[in-house]
Amino acid sequence: MRRHHDMGGLDADAVEQTEHDYSPWEKRVDAIMRLLSDEKRLVMTVDELRRGIENLGPGAYDEYNYYERWISSITNILIEKGVITVDELGAKMEEAKARWQETQT
Amino acid sequence: MNARFAVGDKVRVREAYPPGHIRTPHFIRGKEGTVTAVIGDFANPEELAYGRPGIPKQTLYWVAFPQTGLWPDYAGPEHDTAVVDVFDHWLVGEQQ
Repeated sequence: MRRHHDMGGLDADAVEQTEHDYSPWEKRVDAIMRLLSDEKRLVMTVDELRRGIENLGPGAYDEYNYYERWISSITNILIEKGVITVDELGAKMEEAKARWQETQT
Repeated sequence: MNARFAVGDKVRVREAYPPGHIRTPHFIRGKEGTVTAVIGDFANPEELAYGRPGIPKQTLYWVAFPQTGLWPDYAGPEHDTAVVDVFDHWLVGEQQ
């Protein structure tokens, strides 16, 4: 059976041909992946990144944009490998959210 | 490099649908094509995807598939091909 991400040959919408810039957070995700996969660190491979993206499931795979898929996959793989824990990640996300909320008042 | 196939060899892609990370797109599985280049030996991405070393390395080929063999409603010229990267372990010789 064809898996969801294996889309070669399916009908598709028109290709958007305009140039676009990347948000700072997207550039940061790209940099994180390059550092994690470089020859010195070798924390994870691009093959693991791809496997993690394929495993997001049809819902998230379609809804997330390119770098949202990357950071979701990177996060799951770092948890799998024990580089970060779910608890650490949850605490950091709350911290970041609180910092962001302060800027909104 | 000890490639099993050479340029010009007729090959068939295994018709298999295992779970996991696979680089062989579904639309060429079970299809016949012709080797157009022997690219080199690479660690197996199906293993690298799970944090393993991917050894033994697998030979990667370019295989050309007639478009009319891939898509039942293909309306382009008869000689059109799609060239796809395929690793050795996905290929069988046409006689096998």
